[in-house]
Amino acid sequence: MLSRVANTLYWMVRHVERADNLARLIDVNQQLLLDHERLDSERLRDFWQPIILSTGDDAMFNTLYDHAGGPEVIRFLSDDTRNPNSIISCIGQARENARMVRDQISDELWEALNALHLFTRSEEAVRLIAEDPPRYYENIRRSSETFLGIAAATMARNEAWDFMDLGRHLERADKTTRFLDVVNYLPIAEGGGEPGALHWSAILRSCGALGAFRVGGRAPDARGVADFLIFSREFPRAVRYCVERVDASLHRISGTPRGMFANEAEREAGRLLAELNFGTLDDAFAEGLHTYLDTLQDRFNRIGDAIFETYVLLPERAVAPPGSESRSLAELSTWQMQQQQQ
Amino acid sequence: MELFAGYQPGPFFDEMFGTNGAVRSHCAPLLSRFGQLDRSDFLTRKANSELYFLRQGITFNVYHDDRGMERIFPFDPIPRVMAADEWETLEAGLAQRIVALNLFLHDIYHDQRILADEVIPRHYIERARHYRPEFRGVDVPQDIFIHICGSDLIRGADGTYHVLEDNGRCPSGASYLLENRNALKRAFPALFEEMGVRSVDSYPRDLLAMLQHISPRRDDAPVCVLLTPGCHNSAYFEHCYLARQMGIDIVEGGDLVVVDKFVYMRTTRGLRRVDVIYRRIDDDFLDPVVFRKDSVLGVPGLMNAYREGNVALANAVGTGVADDKVIYYFVPRMIEYYLGQKPLLPNVPTYLASEERDLRFILGHLPELVVKAANESGGYGMLMGPSATPAEIEAFRERIIADPRNYIAQPVVSLSRAPTWCDGAVEGRHVDLRPYIIYGSEVKIVPGGLTRVALKKDSLVVNSSQGGGSKDTWVLRH
Repeated sequence: MLSRVANTLYWMVRHVERADNLARLIDVNQQLLLDHERLDSERLRDFWQPIILSTGDDAMFNTLYDHAGGPEVIRFLSDDTRNPNSIISCIGQARENARMVRDQISDELWEALNALHLFTRSEEAVRLIAEDPPRYYENIRRSSETFLGIAAATMARNEAWDFMDLGRHLERADKTTRFLDVVNYLPIAEGGGEPGALHWSAILRSCGALGAFRVGGRAPDARGVADFLIFSREFPRAVRYCVERVDASLHRISGTPRGMFANEAEREAGRLLAELNFGTLDDAFAEGLHTYLDTLQDRFNRIGDAIFETYVLLPERAVAPPGSESRSLAELSTWQMQQQQQ
Repeated sequence: MELFAGYQPGPFFDEMFGTNGAVRSHCAPLLSRFGQLDRSDFLTRKANSELYFLRQGITFNVYHDDRGMERIFPFDPIPRVMAADEWETLEAGLAQRIVALNLFLHDIYHDQRILADEVIPRHYIERARHYRPEFRGVDVPQDIFIHICGSDLIRGADGTYHVLEDNGRCPSGASYLLENRNALKRAFPALFEEMGVRSVDSYPRDLLAMLQHISPRRDDAPVCVLLTPGCHNSAYFEHCYLARQMGIDIVEGGDLVVVDKFVYMRTTRGLRRVDVIYRRIDDDFLDPVVFRKDSVLGVPGLMNAYREGNVALANAVGTGVADDKVIYYFVPRMIEYYLGQKPLLPNVPTYLASEERDLRFILGHLPELVVKAANESGGYGMLMGPSATPAEIEAFRERIIADPRNYIAQPVVSLSRAPTWCDGAVEGRHVDLRPYIIYGSEVKIVPGGLTRVALKKDSLVVNSSQGGGSKDTWVLRH
């Protein structure tokens, strides 16, 4: 398939997955905050900081908003088109990606994504964010799940699917580490002490993992939840599960047998998978959970970069046409695209 | 008859009603069916069809409004109905025209017999903006230049069809023809059966068969692609739509690369050879090495591959010379010259500003005429004499005198009207018709075409950029 198309499909799904996870993250943070009623704005700010950092840009938030209260952060992350990583922007980009490759995806899939896009820009969405945020986030989650379900039910299992699957699981693995990391930014609870079962249950719930977790008969504490969300080979949001899927997709695309590699993306993914397969929770805690999660996020980025190098750039780097300034290239091409019509 | 109560055909040719106010017989079943609808039922069906367009994303952006909802292209749910024999006449006339245009293009880019025989004055060709003398002598696959033609047809006061212009470069709008039909099928399913409406769904198949027919590679299944300017183009939806219907890849210039005079596309598995390009980019932007140096949409080296015959383009390079409104004037002569036949479809009477006698006439009658620039499209560069201010008329007079080769004039043809839903009532609005003619191993025309309607009251401009909408066109089986 065309390299550009592969890249676009990959990002279409990544953007949907990102919006879905963002909705979950904001929701869980709001729930957790209910336990900490008397927060001054500075501590509140510290609490939201990691999410802002993981999705957007701290400096941008500061220029756009004078006050850093809960409503401002929520607006910035959900509904602010000026933030390229807000939910509304992610959905908008996913839909723009879909529009570019409409010939590759099913009508049903397009309609589902288009409907979600129309929802994020509707009066209804504005009203819900102001009056009933949980309903808004639930809407985003449901629609994202619908998108995934329709994709699974209507797309052929070919290369296009593999690139979509790559995007989904790489994004999901990254966001799961960020759920786990929330604990590092929580304000110290009243009377001190570690976050308890309530906190960990909230994290599990926001990942839709509560039911699956309970089946194992584990206790909802730091070790139990971290073990489950990092090392489970069965739960679809667990890091190990996601990396396994990334590795499998990469090998299906290239045809290289599992356990071997033909390019940098496969080598990075295979190595990470082996570490997760043979690593233990004790390794993670010995390193410090926060540092361990940080390292994982770096590894995901390396895999993502290698995928781009291998499949998008490699089939010959695009040469800028003669006489065009790279600065205004995007503008020029937009203008030229618009002119072509009879 | 609630919807049509109070409908006034007015002093125009009306597509549904005769001069005596009685419904034309081929429209009678439609009128009676719409007559049974009450207002709210009609509005529900209309809203449903609009929702269909919105959900399909058949929309355009309203710029400078980052939260703004996208809007759909205006679509009128009352179809325009055409009798079977009426269409047969048009079909024959359009086929005759595309055959003659192709003979003309072959001739112009080879021996130029028609110029030597002085049927068309040589200077008109040589000064046509889209004439590409550097491509003289280049043979194109199957000797076809215009593979897809959108010839705009209008009807005057007596109902006679005239060709208003030929669009032989990259005519757009076929996807609206197909989607209008889908929308109406959902809104009025029973009516199609009952009236015997001819299907239009063969268009993508015909298009693909034509592309495969012109492939330069005979030994293997041809690889066809659609070359788009990109997603900011207003017809991008159509490009995706057609590519998908045909099951071919849609590519941007950056996806293609020329190596040793062969064209390839960059895929995740390396380079793959391309045989046929259905290009939706103008000549000027196709190849920065040969045409505009600043084009970022094209493919460097593409023209080398094309000249070598290693890749086919639909439409071919240089067809724009036939779009020139001055050359249009000569199409009836081409038909007689190349085919020895009488033209089945007349042109609109046309005056050439570069002919002394015509120029005098034009300058003396500006307030009654439509003046058009020879190489503009989309309703731009035009003077509508009867509705223009004296200042506008004087400005045009100067432009015509300064550059007579670039202008033609025509009497105002008061386009036929069709009943159209306008803010609460059915009223007459002016329409034209753009059929899509495909020329491959044979000439194929899907029945009807895109009916464009000027939604503004009394307006004669049907272009979507200027307040036009569209209708489904029904050609009846019997």
